[in-house]
Amino acid sequence: MKMDITFGQYVEGNSILHRLDPRAKLIIAILYVVAIFLANNVCSFALIVASAVLITVLSGISPRIIGRGIRPVLILIVFTAVINIFFVRGDHPLVSFYFIHIYREGLVNAAFIIIRIVVLIVCTSLFLTYTTTPIALTDGLEQLLAPLAKIKVPVHEFSMMMTIALRFIPTLIEETEKIMNAQKARGADFSSGGLIKRARALIPVLIPLFISAFRRASDLATAMECRCYTGGKGRTRMNVLRAGVKDFVFLFGVVALGAGVVLLNKFAGGYRFGLY
Amino acid sequence: MAVVELRGINYIYNKNTPYEVHALKDIDLEVKEGEITGIIGHTGSGKSTLVQLINGILKPTEGQVFVDGSDIWKEPKKIREVRFKAGVVMQYPEYQLFAETVFDDIAFGPKNMGLSEEEIKSRVIAASSFANVSPDLMNRSPFDLSGGQKRRVALAGVIAMDPKVLILDEPAAGLDPGGRADILGGLKKYQREKGTSVIIVSHSMEDMANWCDRILVLADGKIILDGTPDKVFSRFNDLIGLGLDVPQITRVAAALARRGVDLGDVYTVGYAADKISELF
Ligand SMILES: Nc1ncnc2c1ncn2[C@@H]1O[C@H](COP(=O)(O)OP(=O)(O)O)[C@@H](O)[C@H]1O
Ligand SMILES: [Mg+2]
Repeated sequence: MKMDITFGQYVEGNSILHRLDPRAKLIIAILYVVAIFLANNVCSFALIVASAVLITVLSGISPRIIGRGIRPVLILIVFTAVINIFFVRGDHPLVSFYFIHIYREGLVNAAFIIIRIVVLIVCTSLFLTYTTTPIALTDGLEQLLAPLAKIKVPVHEFSMMMTIALRFIPTLIEETEKIMNAQKARGADFSSGGLIKRARALIPVLIPLFISAFRRASDLATAMECRCYTGGKGRTRMNVLRAGVKDFVFLFGVVALGAGVVLLNKFAGGYRFGLY
Repeated sequence: MAVVELRGINYIYNKNTPYEVHALKDIDLEVKEGEITGIIGHTGSGKSTLVQLINGILKPTEGQVFVDGSDIWKEPKKIREVRFKAGVVMQYPEYQLFAETVFDDIAFGPKNMGLSEEEIKSRVIAASSFANVSPDLMNRSPFDLSGGQKRRVALAGVIAMDPKVLILDEPAAGLDPGGRADILGGLKKYQREKGTSVIIVSHSMEDMANWCDRILVLADGKIILDGTPDKVFSRFNDLIGLGLDVPQITRVAAALARRGVDLGDVYTVGYAADKISELF
């Protein structure tokens, strides 16, 4: 009960991003990623950064939370940046010291790559995780993929499975905690000893957990059947998704962004991103 | 001497987050050796939190917990030993069963204590007889048992650690009257023979009135009543106001009093019967 609100990265809010249709957000996120990868010079990168700032402001989510989301990939960012700085060869050498050669092109590439990764993570998570609950996302995905049902892909079933799995994650976490506490009360020790001892110590937790998960699954199946659930066919929805004006405005916005990036790539000058 | 002592306890779940819950507020409590203490209170009043503070599953946000005279958080590394002294049977303990046989499950606690095989065996046998787990169940899988049997196996698993104070969080919740009698009967026998201190959380006012030396009433994280059963149950209106109950016989006595037959404070059926027969 207490944890399903804090589960995942969803940040409670009522910004325009929160209120967008999840289907629109999925499409926008995909198009946005394409736009990011199209950008290849200073001007188009500047446009991407400006749009990322705009989206952040519109989401109303604090930069602190967003910063926390980048932390896990920091190593990846540093690593690619370093590779670019030391291994890219160009026409404008800056430092030449024994075997270390740093070119201007390398620095520029590193900067572009950093921007690319950061914007990619920030914007996809702003659209898909910070402002959309996992359930809404699954719902959106199901409806976007609905046409695949025609070629016998069990879209509804997959989405139902996803929804149920997501719904029960907090329950399982809570239950794990309860069982661990009960075993601790009998003197179980989860925090000392080597790897093998610790793994063995988890047996008294995992077995009851699995048993209760299976019991829960079978109870849920019974409850669904009692309410005449027979799969997706002919089933109507309680929360019907309706795309509104704002969804189309955002879709148009991201298409315009892509077009802007392409035009700037072609006609604006400045440093270029490229493989040397 | 006090087996359990709480001093200035406050407990806050999820402190400094939007989901903060102040579950216990300024609790001071002393439980004497050999005493049987009952805790009653509405759901969410903090009973389970209190229980988990005593054996160090939860660490107080503020205040100190003493078990058997020593501050349990003085050496956090040794917290495991506290759990052998203060044996807690959690709410719905049947979910903690995991071993292949009932015997192995009951032996889990004693094994963690590092006892010898011999000692473990004799403890398991003793504990299962107190908890009314019949010997022919010993080699069965705990998952094949009925709800009441599972509950008794879980209870035996804690009794087998031979704790100085046995703490039970709603041990009979959700069982039928027969199952409740089995559990409670076993507990009483165990307590009589061992003289162990017992702290029991329960919703059954009858059981509490019959067995406890002392009753605590928890409401909204505070102890609001504390005393002998007759003292606590004489606060009829307060308890009803809190959404709690009093023993049915106390209700009967109150109804009789309104009709002009005053039996005094009555909270067990036996006492009421004596009082009524005096009238004739
Ligand atoms: N793990 C937890 N996280 C957050 N809040 C909790 C947790 N456990 C209990 N609470 C809250 O603390 C309060 C006391 O709970 P609890 O001690 O379980 O009460 P009781 O056992 O009397 O029903 C309740 O408001 C409950 O919602
Ligand atoms: Mg409780």
